[in-house]
Amino acid sequence: MSLYFDHNATTPLAPEALEEMLPYMRQDYGNAASIHRPGQRARAAVEKARAQVAALVHCEPNEIVFTSGGTESNNIAILGAVRESGKARKHVITSVIEHHAVLRPCQALEREGVEVTYVPVSADGFVEPDEVRKALRPETVLISIMHANNETGAVQPVKDIAAIAREAGVLFHSDAVQSTGKIPVDVTGLGVDLLSMSAHKFGGPKGVGALFVRQGVRLLPLMFGGMKELDTRPGTENVAGIVGMGAAARLATENMDQDAQQLARLRDRLEAEILKRIDRAGVNGARENVRDGEWRRMPNTTNLYFDFVEGEALVIALDLQGIACSTGSACSSGSVEPSHVLLAMGLSAERARSSVRFSLGKANTEQDVDTVLRIIAPTVKRLRALSPRVPAEMRESVRN
Amino acid sequence: MSFKELVIESSVVAETKISSDHRPLVAVAMSGGVDSSTVAALMAREYGVVGLTMQLWDQKRSINGDACATPVRGRCCSTNDVYDARRVAEHLDFPFYVVNHQRQFEETVVHPFVSEYLAGRTPIPCTHCNNHIKFGELLRLARQVGADYLATGHYARVELDRESGRYLLRKAVDETRDQSYFLFGLTQEQLSRSWFPLGEMRKLEVRELAREMALPVAEKPESHEICFVPDGDYARFLEKYQQERGTPVSDTGEVVTAEGEVLAKHDGLYHFTVGQRKGLGVAVGNPLYVISLNPASRRVVVGEGDALLTRTCFVRDTNWIAVEAPTDGLRVEAKIRHQHSPAPATLYIEGDGVRVEFDNPQRAVTPGQAAVFYQGDLVVGGGWIERVGT
Repeated sequence: MSLYFDHNATTPLAPEALEEMLPYMRQDYGNAASIHRPGQRARAAVEKARAQVAALVHCEPNEIVFTSGGTESNNIAILGAVRESGKARKHVITSVIEHHAVLRPCQALEREGVEVTYVPVSADGFVEPDEVRKALRPETVLISIMHANNETGAVQPVKDIAAIAREAGVLFHSDAVQSTGKIPVDVTGLGVDLLSMSAHKFGGPKGVGALFVRQGVRLLPLMFGGMKELDTRPGTENVAGIVGMGAAARLATENMDQDAQQLARLRDRLEAEILKRIDRAGVNGARENVRDGEWRRMPNTTNLYFDFVEGEALVIALDLQGIACSTGSACSSGSVEPSHVLLAMGLSAERARSSVRFSLGKANTEQDVDTVLRIIAPTVKRLRALSPRVPAEMRESVRN
Repeated sequence: MSFKELVIESSVVAETKISSDHRPLVAVAMSGGVDSSTVAALMAREYGVVGLTMQLWDQKRSINGDACATPVRGRCCSTNDVYDARRVAEHLDFPFYVVNHQRQFEETVVHPFVSEYLAGRTPIPCTHCNNHIKFGELLRLARQVGADYLATGHYARVELDRESGRYLLRKAVDETRDQSYFLFGLTQEQLSRSWFPLGEMRKLEVRELAREMALPVAEKPESHEICFVPDGDYARFLEKYQQERGTPVSDTGEVVTAEGEVLAKHDGLYHFTVGQRKGLGVAVGNPLYVISLNPASRRVVVGEGDALLTRTCFVRDTNWIAVEAPTDGLRVEAKIRHQHSPAPATLYIEGDGVRVEFDNPQRAVTPGQAAVFYQGDLVVGGGWIERVGT
């Protein structure tokens, strides 16, 4: 038995996407930049995929740049936009809960003399637009706030923050790696200038992503070479990967509302039943799903704490019983420090360490949820029975 | 009856729910070396196995940074060891996890190691690691994830004494490899869940077995240094560590004779250990040795070899394995450092510890080291040498 509840780390490749990719790894191996017909077939496939991804986020195809993934998209957007700016002094605004693929390029900019403000979040895990407004300076050149947080699933008020950016004449980037393909992402409606996506988070292959670059926005490239993707990213296109991303985008566009509703129902049941069965457990972040017709948290994600439990031990214990979940972002697992996202929300280090994330995907069924529910309570009980952290007066109650 | 059978049976004594149809799950502490890899392979023949490797120290912290430039094989960058352990787990096809215990390791092993040196003592970090990390954190994790036992590559033996109901610790069959000295701090609870399959084997057999089973680490050389000081230069490690913590050491003092005659200056007590002869910065006729370290006056007292001999020492923080508590006048053989042949002695209970009276004077009994009490190959108990003399 192997049940996968870690879809925020990665998702299985959609069978349709795989089928569409295969010809480009076999007979249609042309280079999309070549003049001849094999090259033209590859070019056509890339452009078709570009249109499919554009349709997913509601932009023009020529506003999509294919990259090697979410991390590269974030790096091109942040480093490219800031380095392109002609201002003598530069300032960037981002948040404390961003993914490392945003935080690290910001830190790299700091070493180049750029000032960066990391705005805080509420206890629920949301950036307050007012905090961004307060952080604005005349020399601010970029605001980068993620769309959905990978650990808690909290969907940030990107539209409001983008409006603040526009009013101030500052470029706005959003890391939408966790939301794209799962909930509606409309770059025009949101008002963003730059938006990062990753194929493998929504049924596409690993190693391919995209960056939405609003027409007219200029970025200093990070890499230099021939055959540039829209003047921004050189290198021979990963044709099969791009085709896979296009197919996944098409599938997501077709089924999004239905899939999201279904995931939310399953997730809500999993969450509610866990809380019913296990004492001293709770959800990190807001539980409200939808507000004013828009997702306020990702329908597939729940981040739960289990007092007196080491999250890492729970993840291993569940894995040995065939259930894959995670202590947070895959990129920071194995590190000493508890999640920077949960700490930023005001959790104690101990509670942050006791937290695990379940992120659901299309393939998860009611039976899968039942299996998790059957296994998790006795597992948490065993962990607590052997935990030195349980206070003496609670020993009996957590053992029962 | 083999040890395995004993352990399985003993689990009934330990009041666990291991029924006859329960296939025991054994967690193996895997360092990436040949010993623990062989243990994993042996266990995997008969039991369910889960491999656990601990990330204990970030070599990138580059304390003694250039140690990585001069390759110390096997131990330098622990990512290599993790890689090796993972390869073995893949080869044998059992679940494997890397768990991070850096925070606890620093708190319970590295920091006390540094503090002890600064206090003029000569610590044994491996024993603290066994007590707090391997048979503390890791054993608990193993039990939490559903394992019945933690098996390690230690050379020592555990067995259940049916009469007393106590778990006994014995020297390894291969006495040249015996590590029981480092395990004296294990409690009955810890011993009841520990498994040392190599205690019955000789090192040569272990390596042969590893080759037979085609383990990817069969030819890997051994490491002898403290894992977080791969180049063995602990004094420099200590200076850098204190520097990093913002409390640089300034520990200079004098090298004196027992009569108080100042012979030289020194750069810190932590450069010295009792019995040391070289590096005293003193050139006189007769060879001189470090007799004692005085943290209060920061003095290193030196003298001739005979001054190192002592008939008695006081041991505290004791742990008893073969007995619930020692009886006054208990006859044992006491081992006062890893490379010491146990010497006949009598134990006298005194306050919160024991006074050890050796039949014959012993050389360089060193505060901070462990005194482990044996009766033949049986570990009766042990403790930490607090002071020499009465």
